[in-house]
Formats: sequence, C-alpha cells, structure tokens
Amino acid sequence: MLAGVLLLIFLPPLVAKDLCKDSQDGFKVRLSIKTALGDDAYEWNESEMFLFRSTLAYAMRKQTKQDTYNITNILVCNDTQRVSFVFVVTSPDDPDQLIPKEQIEQAVRQNKHRINNAFLLSDMTLEFVGIPPTLAAPIIYDTEPWLIVFGVVIGAVAVGIVALLMSTVSKKRRAKEKAAGLSEEDEGIVKENGTALSGLGGKEGVYNQTFSNDNRFTEL
Amino acid sequence: MKLKLKLPNPGLDERIPSHAELEKLELEEAGERPQWDNKAQYMLTCVGFCVGLGNVWRFPYLCQSHGGGAFMIPFLILLVLEGIPLLHLEFAIGQRLRKGSIGVWRSINPYLVGVGIASMLVSFLVGMYYNTIIAWVMWYFFNSFQDPLPWSQCPINENRTGFVSECERSSPVDYFWYRKTLNTTPVIEDSGGLQWWIVLCLFCAWTLLWVCCLRGIETTGKAVYVTSTLPYLVLTIFLIRGLTLKGSVSGIKFLFTPDLDELLNPTTWLDAGAQVFYSFSLAFGGLISFSSYNSVHNNCEQDAVIISVINGLTSIYAAIVIYSIIGFRATERFDDCLSGNILTLLNTFDLPEGNITESNYEGFLQHLNSTAPQTLQELQLKTCDMQTFLSQGVEGTGLAFIVFTEAITKMPFSPLWSVLFFIMLFCLGLSTMFGSVEGVVVPLQDLNILPKHWPKEAYTGLVCFVSFGLAIIFAQGSGEYWLALFDGFAGSIPLLIIAFCEMMAVSYIYGIDRFNDDIKFMIGHKPNFFWQATWRLVSPLIVLLIFLFYFITTISKELTYIAWDPQSNFPALETKSYPDWIYAIIFILSGVPALVIPAVALFRLIRKSCSAREEKHTGAEFICTFLLS
Repeated sequence: MLAGVLLLIFLPPLVAKDLCKDSQDGFKVRLSIKTALGDDAYEWNESEMFLFRSTLAYAMRKQTKQDTYNITNILVCNDTQRVSFVFVVTSPDDPDQLIPKEQIEQAVRQNKHRINNAFLLSDMTLEFVGIPPTLAAPIIYDTEPWLIVFGVVIGAVAVGIVALLMSTVSKKRRAKEKAAGLSEEDEGIVKENGTALSGLGGKEGVYNQTFSNDNRFTEL
Repeated sequence: MKLKLKLPNPGLDERIPSHAELEKLELEEAGERPQWDNKAQYMLTCVGFCVGLGNVWRFPYLCQSHGGGAFMIPFLILLVLEGIPLLHLEFAIGQRLRKGSIGVWRSINPYLVGVGIASMLVSFLVGMYYNTIIAWVMWYFFNSFQDPLPWSQCPINENRTGFVSECERSSPVDYFWYRKTLNTTPVIEDSGGLQWWIVLCLFCAWTLLWVCCLRGIETTGKAVYVTSTLPYLVLTIFLIRGLTLKGSVSGIKFLFTPDLDELLNPTTWLDAGAQVFYSFSLAFGGLISFSSYNSVHNNCEQDAVIISVINGLTSIYAAIVIYSIIGFRATERFDDCLSGNILTLLNTFDLPEGNITESNYEGFLQHLNSTAPQTLQELQLKTCDMQTFLSQGVEGTGLAFIVFTEAITKMPFSPLWSVLFFIMLFCLGLSTMFGSVEGVVVPLQDLNILPKHWPKEAYTGLVCFVSFGLAIIFAQGSGEYWLALFDGFAGSIPLLIIAFCEMMAVSYIYGIDRFNDDIKFMIGHKPNFFWQATWRLVSPLIVLLIFLFYFITTISKELTYIAWDPQSNFPALETKSYPDWIYAIIFILSGVPALVIPAVALFRLIRKSCSAREEKHTGAEFICTFLLS
C-alpha cells in the first residue's frame, strides 16, 4: 500500500519528465539576456522560469479561448546554463496528452510580442527554435517620399529657368527700346525732309548762324 | 646658334592679338567676351572643375592599394612635374589668346583645329556619362528623406514569409543599388528597357545643369560659390563624425601604412601619373576657356600653383575622411561576424553567455580544434578578417553607393548623414560638369556651324538637350555597363593624346620663345628654367609614357567587364568578356576623338592644295570638287 502511494506521488514528475524529454511536440527555447540587457541583465532562476511558464499558459489560454490552462500544463526540461530549455504543453483535460506542435506554434506567434515584453527581450534574444519571427509589415506610402523631393527640386529648377529667361528677355527688350528710341528720332527727320539728317544731334537740328538774328541774345 | 626647335608657322602674327592690342582691350574693357565678376569666382570655378568625384573615390583607393603613405611620393612628384606645368600652360595660353579651345588652336595654326575639335568631342562624351552618375547621386539623395533608409533592410517577399531571395543572398545595399536603382541585366547585350525613375533623375540632372550654365559664366560664376565650397564643409563634418566612431582610426592606419616596396613597381608610378592627369581635368578645353575670361595681366603662374596644391590637398583630405568611415564599417562588420560566430558556439555547446568573448575566442577555437575538430567543421563558422573588410569594394560607384551607404545605415541619424553625403557628391560632380559644358559650348560657338545670332541660352540648352537624349542609353537596364565602357575608353586615351599635342603645339609650333615673352608681358617675369624644362621635355615625356602604357595594356588583353548576375556565383561580381560589336563602339569612343586631329589637318591640307590647284587647272579635280562642295 505504501509502495503504491509512493509510486503515485513520484509517478507524475517522472512521467512528466518523459513526456517532455522524448516528445516530438516540444519546442526548444533560447534566451540571450546578457546580450539584450547588458549590465541590466537579470539572473535566470526559478522565479523567472515560473514567469515563463505562466506567460505560455496565458498564450495557450488566449489562443484556445479556454480558461482551463494552468501553469502545471507547461512542462520544462533540459535546462542548461546557456539559458535554453525544452518545453511541452499538456492538455488541461488530460495530463498525459500533449498539445500538438502546430497549435503551440500558433499560440506563440500570436502572442510573441507579449511574451517578449514580459522578459524585456526581442525576437532575436528570445528564440523559439523552429518558430520564425513574424516579419514587420512593409511600410506602404501613399506617395513615395522620393517623388515628393523630386517634385520640389524640379519645381525649383523650373522657377529658376523661367526667372532667368524672363530677365534675359526683359533685358533685351530694354536694350532694343533704347536703340529703337534713338533710331526713331533719326527716321522721323529723314522722312520729313528727305535728307539724311541723322548726323545732326537732337530733334531741333543744328543752329545755323547764317540765318540767325544777331540780336537774338542782346535785346536792348 | 639657336638650339630650340621651332616649326615654321607663317601668318601667326595676323591670327593672334598683339601685346598692344591686348593692352588696349584691357583698358577699354571692350569686346563681347564675358568676364569674371571677381578673382574668387574664377578660382572657385577652376577648383570646382578640378576637384571632382575622382578625388573622393579614386584617389583613396589608389593610395591604399599602392602602398599607403608611400604613394604620396610618386603622387607629389608627378603633381609637380606633370600637373602644375600642364595647368600653367593651359591657363597662360587661354589668357593670352583669349579664346576657347578651338579658337586658341586655330590661332596658333589652322591645321591644329583638330585638337580643339577633339577636346570638344571628349568633353561632350565625358559630360554625357558624368551627369548620369550625378543622376544616380540625385536618386539616392531623393531616397534619403525617409527613416529607415530604403537600403538598410531587405524588402519582404510576396508571401510575407521571408526576405526577397536576391537580397538575402547578397545584402540590402547591394540589392538597392543593383536592383532598385539600376535594375541591371546580367549581360551588356541585354538592354532591359528604360528605367523610368532613372530617366526622371537624368532629366532633373540635365535641367539643373542647364539652369546653372544658362548664361555661361554669368550664371555658373554665382553657382560655384555654393558648389565649390559645400563639399569642403561636408567633408569636415564627416571627418569629425568619423573620428568619433569606433574603428575609424584603424581605417586611417590602413590607408597610410607605407609599403615602400610598392615604389619599385612601375604600375604605381603610372597610376599616380594617370591620377594626377585626370584629376586636373586637363585637355578638356574648359580650363583654357575659363582663363580666357581673365584680365590680361592676371598672374596665371600663381593660379596654377595654388589650384594644383588645393587639388592635391583635397585628395588627401578626402582620403582621410573616406577611410575613417571605411574603418568604422569594417570594424562593425568584423564585430558582427565575430558575435555571430560566438553565438553559434554558445548555442551549440549550451554555454552560458559571456563565456566566450572576443578576447578568448581564438583560444576557445584552438581548444575546440584539438578536442572536437569534426564539430568545428560542421559548424561552418565564417572567417572574420579585418583586412578583407577594409579592402572591400572601395573605389568608384561601389564606394559611394554600396560601402559608404552601408556605413551610413550603421550611424545614428542616418538620413541626415545620407543627405549630407549625397549633396556633397552632387556638388562635386556639378562643378566638374560646368567645365565640361564650357568645353563643348564655347568651341561650338567658335566653329560657326550654328547661327551666330542664337543667344547663349540656346547654345547651352541645345547641348544639354542633345546630351540628355543620348544619355538615355545609360538609363537602360544595362546602363551601368555602358557607363563603365564610356568611363574606360572615352576619357582615357584621347585626353592623353590631346595633352601631348597641346604641349607640342605650344612649345614647338607657337614657339617657346614667343610663349615666354607672352608670359613676361602678362605677369611681369619670364618663366624660369623649371617651366622651360617641363613644358618642352619632362611633361610631354611623362604623358607619352602613360599613353603608351595604357595603349599597350588595352590592346594586349581581352577586354572584360564586371556584371551582376543573380544566376551565377552570387553574390560575387562576375567578370564577363565583351561581345564583338562592342569593339567597334570602343574604337569610336577612343579612336574618333584621337583621329580627328590628323584628319582635320589632312582635310585642310587637301582643301588648300585644291584651291591652289583650281587656279592652275590641273588634274585630280574630282577630289577638289568633292571637298569644296
């Protein structure tokens, strides 16, 4: 009777160890706490393991929407100094039955960021061997940023070209007007008198002293 | 007895303005020739023309690969013996004859017009591909205004299961350069179609160039205040940033570690000579043009020395900056490689973290090698060698668009550094393009083939438009291979020939005595023995040697190009040989500018003898009627 009772007490952990060690439905987990946190790294001990098992139970609860998962359903073995171990998940209804790998994988993937945050780690430093990290969605822009900058530069260049060309045109026009102003005066004189008076400066012509009245300036 | 060789050159005095005429020109400030607003504009334009992308991405590589600090010796010697004399010669002849390249050679002797035409053709071809590099720089500049930078991580493939395979096998920076920017085809024959984004960037580059060159030096003179000074500011910023990064000093040490044995290697001297020659942008005709806008008594000797010194110092300064950043990148890569290996070891042997560090890594490996060599082999640890990382892809476009961009992604505030870096490259390239455009537009005006009443804006617009149209070939999928072809053949051999002809023409056809008198008239004292020896003997000899070396190596070996082929031996670049029809293109690029020199002389000779014959009514008239029609 005593033997039977003893067997009953020690059987579950032994069976549990067997479940964990030999199973195909287990995942290896690796933590790189010192790499992630450097000087702020915490020590890996039983309490941290407790936290890990509880987060995994939480993940299973969320994924299966069953509140029956408990910390006793998460079995851990092959604990190493690396801080790596193997875990399996038993069904809450039947302690001898293991939850298949795919389901655990789904649960972990969906809640990875919560699990990461519980340990202040990232996808690189908290590895589930066999579960690749989900890649962040690519950023989709409405307009590519390079087109915006291109538009700004082309706009500035266009403004520059127009401004410079306008200034050339206006300069030329002013020069033409100046030259046209002088030549118009010449042309007018020629048209009126039929002689080339362009040598004469000004509209009034040259004061010809032969026909002048000497008394023009002296009026006494 | 006069030992100086001088070829007969009748009618020279009628073609060139005399000293008295020059004085009059100077006093009256008459003539339609444009002028510099002030000396600073002229100096900045020349410095901008000389200092270009080659100072940043060719010189540092040459320096490091040819014995580091020891490379300074051939570089500085050849700078003094080859660079400064040629520069002084171009400045002096432009200032004296007050014309662009075709005008100058026509004045010296009408048979030499071919030299000017060759300069114009080379300026045109080089300008075409050089501005395409600027277009690529602009593409990267446009893409720098986002965080994270697009070349910092691989894009995710369609299934969202992983990264794009081409990117995963190579690296995000390689992928962004070869796929997202160039969209390269595996071989040059495969055109790959036009890449619209590159066409847009090309359009932007050419219109921007046109806006700056619109009225010739009137507009470029203002633009160079920014384009010539900004690179120095950015280089200084990068120097300060670089020196504060980990591993930068190892890069600088790698650059300058002298290996005096390299001085015995003739390739070192030839590469130094070629670098000095191309770095000074000689024989393009642009420098002659720029100095023709100077006042007659400008001290061109002083200018030549100052600009040469600035150019040399800029090369060295840029090399320091570049290698500090390369040192940083190499250290980062080395650290990543080592951490990766250490992690693999920790994971395999389930050791606690911190057991293997960088210091005891080697010791641990040795221990492992002796105890469990099989396991070590199976692990396939990567070899982490600092020297390999330091010597990766460090010249040309590879430096700017792959190595440097990767280094930038590892710095904090990467978009800022990226913007600064590409603005610097843009300014360096643009200021060189000013000289290139000048070297095409002014000869075109001198040739009188287009209507004379066309304003300067139309000339520059036409040149920019035609160049843009032809540069579309570089916007194809195979564009980068075409650019490498142009870079290798359009600029190299013809320039050497032109420079040699220039020196021969000035020393022996124009006459070194007359040239000495001109310089005495312009700056007040006769050029001393150093100038005489270099103009007449030393510099032409050096240029001839470099030309022969290049010519023989090009002819003798099979010509190959480096291709990006995802299908084969990825991610290393493949060396492929050119198809046969490329050889025709190479001949056109190198041969036509060079052959134009004798061809034009011959044409003129035949025309002259034809017009003489017409008076005598002798035979062979059909050639003459053909040539004269």
